[in-house]
Amino acid sequence: MSFWQKIKPTFLSYSSKGKDAVKLPFDVKRIWFFAIFLISIVSIGPLVSLAIFDYTVTKNDTEKEIQLRMEHLVDHVAGTVSFFLEQRKDVLSYTVYANSFADLNNKEHLANILEGLQRSAGGIVDLGLIDSTGKQLQYVGPYDLLGMDYHDKRWCKEVREGKKRVYISDIFLGFRRAPHHIIAVKQGLPDGSFFILRATVDTEKFKELLSLMNIRETGDSFLINHKGILQTPTLRHGVAMDKIKLSIPAESSSLKVSEEICEHGDKLVVGWAYIQDSPYILMVIQKKKDLIKTWLTTRWIILGILSAGIFVMLFVIIHVASYLINIICKESQKTMMVLNEVEHSSKMASIGRLAAGVAHEVNNPLAIIYEKAGLMKDLFTYKEEYSHDPKLMGLIDSVLTSVERCAGITKRLLSFSRNLDITVQTVNMHAAVKDVLGFLHKEAEYRSIIVNIDIPKDIPDFKTDRGKLQQILVNLTNNAFAAVEDEGHIDIKARRQNNENIMISITDDGCGIPPKNIKRIFDPFFSTKTESGGTGLGLSIIYGLALELGGKIEVESKEGKGATFTVTLPLERGENESPPTDERSWDLEEPIQ
Amino acid sequence: MKVLLVDDEKEIVSTLAERLSFRGIEAVWVTSGEEALKKLETEQFDLAILDVKMPKMNGLRLEKKIKENYQDLKYMFLTARGADEDPELASNLAGKENYLSKPIKIDKLLNKINEVLNL
Repeated sequence: MSFWQKIKPTFLSYSSKGKDAVKLPFDVKRIWFFAIFLISIVSIGPLVSLAIFDYTVTKNDTEKEIQLRMEHLVDHVAGTVSFFLEQRKDVLSYTVYANSFADLNNKEHLANILEGLQRSAGGIVDLGLIDSTGKQLQYVGPYDLLGMDYHDKRWCKEVREGKKRVYISDIFLGFRRAPHHIIAVKQGLPDGSFFILRATVDTEKFKELLSLMNIRETGDSFLINHKGILQTPTLRHGVAMDKIKLSIPAESSSLKVSEEICEHGDKLVVGWAYIQDSPYILMVIQKKKDLIKTWLTTRWIILGILSAGIFVMLFVIIHVASYLINIICKESQKTMMVLNEVEHSSKMASIGRLAAGVAHEVNNPLAIIYEKAGLMKDLFTYKEEYSHDPKLMGLIDSVLTSVERCAGITKRLLSFSRNLDITVQTVNMHAAVKDVLGFLHKEAEYRSIIVNIDIPKDIPDFKTDRGKLQQILVNLTNNAFAAVEDEGHIDIKARRQNNENIMISITDDGCGIPPKNIKRIFDPFFSTKTESGGTGLGLSIIYGLALELGGKIEVESKEGKGATFTVTLPLERGENESPPTDERSWDLEEPIQ
Repeated sequence: MKVLLVDDEKEIVSTLAERLSFRGIEAVWVTSGEEALKKLETEQFDLAILDVKMPKMNGLRLEKKIKENYQDLKYMFLTARGADEDPELASNLAGKENYLSKPIKIDKLLNKINEVLNL
């Protein structure tokens, strides 16, 4: 059995048409769905709106925070790099200012300067002194570059041409065939010529600077030049001197943070800043999904709470709605039952009054006919001229018998209608059964139905409400007549059960009752004859009447083999006894089999 | 034998009187309790047959008058068919054996008359 079938309210399985129909004055399913829909909207709606609002606010906050953090980071790193370069530039400027050309041209002196620089500021690998023709006059450092001619190198040309006094180069291979950066400072000489002091920047120091930043594992930071050539090694965006695959940001004096999509389709947060007085652009790159990890966790928490909340709410809503509608169903069935009983009994009373009226009206003329016919019979008997005619006597006897038959009918009608109002009186079971059958014997004759009455002489007269007993018997016999085929059998049997009760059973050999219906056969509005106008109330009313008489009614049946209804009634019934409460199961939860 | 028949239904009471006369009983009929009392003032009867249900003065009230004024007069009742099942009437007739239900079978009526007169 699925979860839905377990929690599904039973009234949803009630069909309003066909067999096993349950009549209710409203559409239960519609009301149930409507109630659930409405309560869900007003309770889950605000929850969802709140969750969406919170989601949006948190998301925006996270994005703002990412942007801010990236800006701080880029600002910090750009400052550090800028400071590093400024410092080197200043140191070299000071060196050319404080030392004469001759001092610098002294290898020992130059080596001292290099050692001093490395010990103090650091970040410089070697020093070279170059004259105005571009020839390296002096060199201290790890490479063998003394006497090299730089006049055709781009940096040298630019310094010699005097565009800039201090020059910071892009990365290049140079004579040493290894990528490096240099800083060159031009210093004029009294004779109008000049010399250049060239220093190689320690690339390791650069790397250190960039890696010092507190960037997560997946992050990357590096320098590029204005053409997009990588100036430092990277973790994921190529090696030094490659062209970067990301777009080159437009020149700007302030730092910027933007989002880009890399070749793998990942979203990247890119922060960049132009480093002043240098050809470099600092780029800091992080994968967006790493930055929003906390946001992702928050998002799952929001979604989790939301869905758990919705689930719990729906569960409670469905249960409460089912519970309440179940109660409404039960109550409305009870109300309908009572209304129908009232309607039924008032209908019976009207029919009774009508019948009594007719019987009374007819009785008088009948009595006159009877007397007149009697007088005619006397005339035929006592007057000589008529007494010899047997045909006249036959005719008058026939009139008299017919009138007596009519009188029998009016008597039964009167007795029925009177019994509707009478409470407790002494009843003879045999007479009561005969009375009931009096109305049905014509049908029994036409349909050749054999009715056996087995009421032993030892059944005593007993006190009960005759009208109610009659209603029970009429209903049960009517049902039996409806159940049997033509030429069927109906047995009406009465038995004494110990000294307190009397049992009367009505057995037919008709179609019987299927086992799945037998449990609900006394339920109000349970009918298998809805198409033919059954109200589903007949047996229900009988059940109620039997209870009112202090007795009970039971049914036994095998499908196709007929049914036996047994009514047990007490022989003595107190006048003021209140009817017992109806203990029939009204519980709609009871499964329909 | 002289009998007074009291019944508001003239057709019935007149016919019944005629039928009794065929059987040698002199029957005088009236159609109300008041008329019956008038008749009793002027004539002597052996038996009064009273219908229970009559307008104004019904059979039972007439019975009271008879009991007061004509202690010697015997009487019996006629009731509508099925009246023995009417609880009000049934309680009024309780203890009374001298009544017959309508429609009246003439033989039964004769038996009853004899029964009442021989009491």
